[in-house]
Amino acid sequence: MSTILLTIDDRKVHGESGETILSVARQHGIPIPTLCQLQGASTFGGCRLCLVEVEGIAHPVSACNTPIKAGQRVTTQSPALRADRQMVLELLFAERNHYCAVCVQNGDCELQSAAAQAGMDHVRCPYLSPSLPVDASHAQYVLDHNRCILCMRCVRVCAEVEGAHTWQMAGRGIEARLVADNGVPWGESTTCTSCGKCVHLCPTGALYRKGASVAEMQKKRGFLLRILEGRELGRTGEEPTDDFLVPTVEIRS
Amino acid sequence: MSGQKLRLATAWLGGCSGCHMSFLDLDERLVELAEVAELVYSPIADVKEFPEAVDITLVEGAVANVDHLELAQQIRERSRIVASFGDCAVTGNVTSLRNRIPVPDLLNQVYQGGPGAIPRQSPDDPIMPALLPTVLPLHQVIEVDAFVPGCPPDPDRIWAAVRALIFGEAAPHDPHLRTFG
Repeated sequence: MSTILLTIDDRKVHGESGETILSVARQHGIPIPTLCQLQGASTFGGCRLCLVEVEGIAHPVSACNTPIKAGQRVTTQSPALRADRQMVLELLFAERNHYCAVCVQNGDCELQSAAAQAGMDHVRCPYLSPSLPVDASHAQYVLDHNRCILCMRCVRVCAEVEGAHTWQMAGRGIEARLVADNGVPWGESTTCTSCGKCVHLCPTGALYRKGASVAEMQKKRGFLLRILEGRELGRTGEEPTDDFLVPTVEIRS
Repeated sequence: MSGQKLRLATAWLGGCSGCHMSFLDLDERLVELAEVAELVYSPIADVKEFPEAVDITLVEGAVANVDHLELAQQIRERSRIVASFGDCAVTGNVTSLRNRIPVPDLLNQVYQGGPGAIPRQSPDDPIMPALLPTVLPLHQVIEVDAFVPGCPPDPDRIWAAVRALIFGEAAPHDPHLRTFG
């Protein structure tokens, strides 16, 4: 590991070799919007919201999976980037059926919030209004494909943290669909442990607790780092504090 | 304005009128508004025809049928500034939930298959305006100058928009005033 010096938004910053632009920017308090990024899980780089400009590269690059380089000059805010991010969000809203007003996640949604932050006040492209199913076969949770943005957080956390590998992505491009156990109704999955990690880390209302009505779903996003830090402590032989003993996911009755 | 009041209109297309209810919740601010603007057309004013030479029109609701389409076009021709007022006008929102269902299936399911008597029906009957194949946000039908999202936009949000449009104050760039839903 060696220390690398670079410039982000005219500020001199430093990071370790192998770190990404996003990670270094966050350590220095420079905000870059993200949606698919999930601290504690592997990088996907699919949502394109974290696009930044790097001097010498003709097109914007995603900050979450671009490693830092010595002397790199990065710009995180520009009229062109704002336009790119707005378009990314507009395409997400147009692709499936996002009706914030009647969504369980209204008021606690990362997509809704990202759009407002990015200054998106309408969608310029036509809505596709696809006819998509809702999988309510699981005893505790619901998968609503209408609200899925294909961020892969559920797939990653299920495989990498829970180790269950229940979720996969089937199909390509606009036909891509989240599937359980290679395509069975979620309730018939033999690998799902009903741990709820995917539900609480889903940025939208695509995965939610059964019985939640409009604006009733509040996600508990902090647990992932808490349990992962607990594991680290476990390996070093330190006693976990009480903070690590709380249930990973609290299910409201 | 040279002493003359600004000509303000509000219109109601395919929506639930919740945006207008929220507009009325401006409460005492309506008095301030009435001092500078005259309401020349609105669901809360008894005016049959959309008038000429309107300065600002707030449009609630999505474009769902041929009547909405006609009124939207009239509004655009006769208004200097048109604002999409609330989520249905801005995104289609709940009004557009039917977009995945073909119109004949939709009408059959509701009026033929549903409870009660089947309503009289004739393609030539002009009383019921024909539904458009899909419900559209206002800006996909006419040019729109400003967007006020929210379901409904709360009175503070409406007031910020009205102040920007009528009093020429800078619109606040606050993400909390911009969320859908």
